Amino acid sequence: MQQVIREKAISLITSGKAARVIGWREGEFFYDQTPEVFTCPEDIEKNFVYNGFSGANLSKYLIKESEKEGVVAVFLKPCDTYSFSQLLKEHRIKRENVWAVGIPCEGKLDIDAIRKMGVKGITSLEENGDEITVKTIYGDKKIARAEALAERCRNCKSRKHVVYDELLGEEGEVLESARFDMVEKLEQMTAEERFAFWQGELSRCIRCNACRNVCPACTCEKCVFDNAASGIENKAPASSFEEQNFHIIRAFHVAGRCTDCGECSRVCPQSIPLHLLNRKFIKDINEFYGEYQAGADPEEKYPLMNFTQGDMEPADAFKKGE
Amino acid sequence: MQRIGVFVCWCGSNIAATVDVKAVAEALGKEPGVVYFEDYQYMCSEEGQNKIKAAIRDYKLTGAVVCSCSPRMHENTFRKAAAAAGINSFMVEIANIREQCSWIHKDMQSATEKAIILGRAAIAKVHLNAPLTAGESPVTKRALVIGGGIAGIQTALDIADAGFEVDIVEKKPTIGGKMSQIDKTFPTLDCAACILTPKMVDVAQNEKIRIFSFSEVDSVKGFVGNFNVSIRRKARYVDEVKCTGCGLCTEKCPQKKVPNEFNLGLDQRRAIYIPFAQAVPKVATIDPDYCTMLKTGKCGVCSKVCAVGAIDYKQKDTIVEEQYGAIVVATGYNPIELTKYDEFAYSQSPDVITSMEFERITNAAGPTGGVLLRPSDGEHPHKIVFVQCVGSREDGGGCGKTYCSKICCMYTAKHAMLTREKYPDTEVYVFYIDVRTPGKNFDEFYRRAVEEYGVHYIKGMVGKVSPENGKLMVRASDLIEGKQLTIDADLVVLAAAIEPDKSARPLATMLTASMDTNDFFTEAHPKLRPVESPTAGIFLSGCCQGPKDIPETVAQASACAAKVIGLLAKDSLTCNACVAHSEEMLCNGCSSCEKVCPYGAITYQEKEFRMPDRTTKMRRVASVNPAVCQGCGACTVACPSGAMDLHGFSNRQIMAEVDAICK
Repeated sequence: MQQVIREKAISLITSGKAARVIGWREGEFFYDQTPEVFTCPEDIEKNFVYNGFSGANLSKYLIKESEKEGVVAVFLKPCDTYSFSQLLKEHRIKRENVWAVGIPCEGKLDIDAIRKMGVKGITSLEENGDEITVKTIYGDKKIARAEALAERCRNCKSRKHVVYDELLGEEGEVLESARFDMVEKLEQMTAEERFAFWQGELSRCIRCNACRNVCPACTCEKCVFDNAASGIENKAPASSFEEQNFHIIRAFHVAGRCTDCGECSRVCPQSIPLHLLNRKFIKDINEFYGEYQAGADPEEKYPLMNFTQGDMEPADAFKKGE
Repeated sequence: MQRIGVFVCWCGSNIAATVDVKAVAEALGKEPGVVYFEDYQYMCSEEGQNKIKAAIRDYKLTGAVVCSCSPRMHENTFRKAAAAAGINSFMVEIANIREQCSWIHKDMQSATEKAIILGRAAIAKVHLNAPLTAGESPVTKRALVIGGGIAGIQTALDIADAGFEVDIVEKKPTIGGKMSQIDKTFPTLDCAACILTPKMVDVAQNEKIRIFSFSEVDSVKGFVGNFNVSIRRKARYVDEVKCTGCGLCTEKCPQKKVPNEFNLGLDQRRAIYIPFAQAVPKVATIDPDYCTMLKTGKCGVCSKVCAVGAIDYKQKDTIVEEQYGAIVVATGYNPIELTKYDEFAYSQSPDVITSMEFERITNAAGPTGGVLLRPSDGEHPHKIVFVQCVGSREDGGGCGKTYCSKICCMYTAKHAMLTREKYPDTEVYVFYIDVRTPGKNFDEFYRRAVEEYGVHYIKGMVGKVSPENGKLMVRASDLIEGKQLTIDADLVVLAAAIEPDKSARPLATMLTASMDTNDFFTEAHPKLRPVESPTAGIFLSGCCQGPKDIPETVAQASACAAKVIGLLAKDSLTCNACVAHSEEMLCNGCSSCEKVCPYGAITYQEKEFRMPDRTTKMRRVASVNPAVCQGCGACTVACPSGAMDLHGFSNRQIMAEVDAICK
């Protein structure tokens, strides 16, 4: 697939259809790719990668790139197209300046998941269908691809592209996923247990802002956490658990707009399962207002921005939280 | 720094009995920025207002906090006083230490403490207050009346009489409502049709009034003075303009077996029908559930006999968009369903009827031509039992209503009296819990039924009605005699409770008008503003607000018209000064605010901005039309970036209040 995508990227530039192409460039480590705006075919031929570690959702870069002159081409995995669609709905991207290429995805790998299997000294990795070969300084090790997948891919919600200009490979379908199972477990905990769980997770936060910076729903001109007038800007934590406020405010801000792309958890250097906060909101919205997937339908009004007579009464929603 | 004055009201003993007002004034006097404090027995009185004015002048106050009753009561009073003394009226804040403090607490110490905290929050807010100026918005000089019963008719006639245009939307094919089904009216016993139908004709002939019959309100947008309403004109398959109301089609239609809802199903009508002879507009309507032509495509008799070619089988619902300055709700009532009252055998015997059915049976234009005959066999009934309070005045747990339906005592006395007058050989029994007949000439009327007409009034409830051998065995208790009774009646008449029409609840949602738990519309003040909804521009007429008889309904309908005329007579309304505004440098252009705005006050535009790096950039930003914004604040919470804020209720002001409370 990498070769097909590289060729497409080069042809988009050489044909003049696009002035720039957003893709992935190999980083310092083979599993550590960075999003990149390519302009030169030679660069693409050499450095454009697409493999199991091309996890980054490129849709957010379109906000800045689509404002510039000329068309920018972008490669979007199925889940990235949900973010793209949501951003279009919020008028954050100049659609006429974008050429979106949908690309297939078999699920992305998580280097930490491989390490957790006890594989040490990893130097590189080969993907062969359902199996991957991990090369280490101690020799090769074969593992099933399914076991090395990132959590968000194990619980993949859709292999269907919702918005695109052209498609490479075959179109997939919306999937049944078990992504709310962990949320259900958390719901079944007592308030004290749940508090202890989140205290354990959130107290590790170092406030690096990576989750916010990567989030395609976090697109404010000026984030409240950077706005002196908001009263909560760069607030020094009064306790180790103070960071809960940051994450809870963030979860509220993206509620109803979060497509569950899972980027927040992917980039967290402290491995905090931030996606669970967002999924709790998504699950509640599904239960309160009927099934809703942000980004799935570019026309649909989002439940939190729409009043209907059948809406749940606030008192009933409150009772659910008791 | 603001110079703030604090004024603590005793409200006679309403506040002072539970709150140590002097302690509150002194404690608040120590707050930063407070340069003057005072307490007084009645701050809202002229003397009290003069104290505020004097303090503003003498102490050069820039803001004031009045610790008193709810701002809904006197915020305006104090704002006017402040403006008269030369400061902007929006520099006044009310701390509600009555409804939210003295009235709900018993312990003086804790109530005083709470009053101080509430005062402190208001002071914190005033520190951030800025003078505001209200704009003006024009008034569309036309009213909409929803419901064409006697309430809607009277309101429409009175508004039109003052020279304003009125539209009536009625969901049935004709106006007239419940009153058109009634036979005689208490306490004077004049015939309902004789006093109603001339009014219906007046409506039809009035140049200022348009009737949208067989129509419903689809959606309501806008606000007081500027409502945009879409009205669905349901397909009646007859061209209203062409139809002359000759009625030939209703005689020739071969589909004869349609339950006649005007006679409550006691007889049958055709699939094309005019509800009754005096209908307004007198236009035929096809019932699509029964019309053979519409169901199978074969028939077309009405079309053939119609001399003017008014029949149109292809007619579709149409939507009319209109603008109004005021909306009157006159959606009326219905008797409750009696399916849950099986002890009275309503669904078992055709001879157990409701009072409304009794009206139709005794009405000269009804199914029996006004002769009192039993529905089962067409025989004259010789013993009639009336049961009062069926579904009214029940405990909360029952399937009925907790309230008194108010009209049943009088109409039952009327039915009993008329029966005895016309058919003196008929024995009439009335079972009651209490007889409630306040009202001009009402009690005299009831006493006449008992004393002159010999109606047997028995205090006690009926336990069971069972049909046995062509008779209705009524088992009841006589509470005064303290014994059980069994009466072998020929006819049982149930005085069913009345409830608001089912269309009222969705309509209230559309109008954002509040309702009580029984689905009656709530008035702005139960005593002082009884015909206005708390939602500006929405007025209440008739039974949609609570059970009423005809004299009361007409009085309220006229009162309602007076309020509407008062509004329409104005050329413009002072807008709300507390409107939303967008901080353009923070705005993302995401349209969230535009989506949630119920008034359509927010639009987006591309604007050029100079960026911090000295470049210019076109950005999509929100802008609020202050003449349209009602200050509801929905946009301020929807905005993901906090770009939307509300004048007078800014996020900073609210946070300052919260901080002051939590201090």
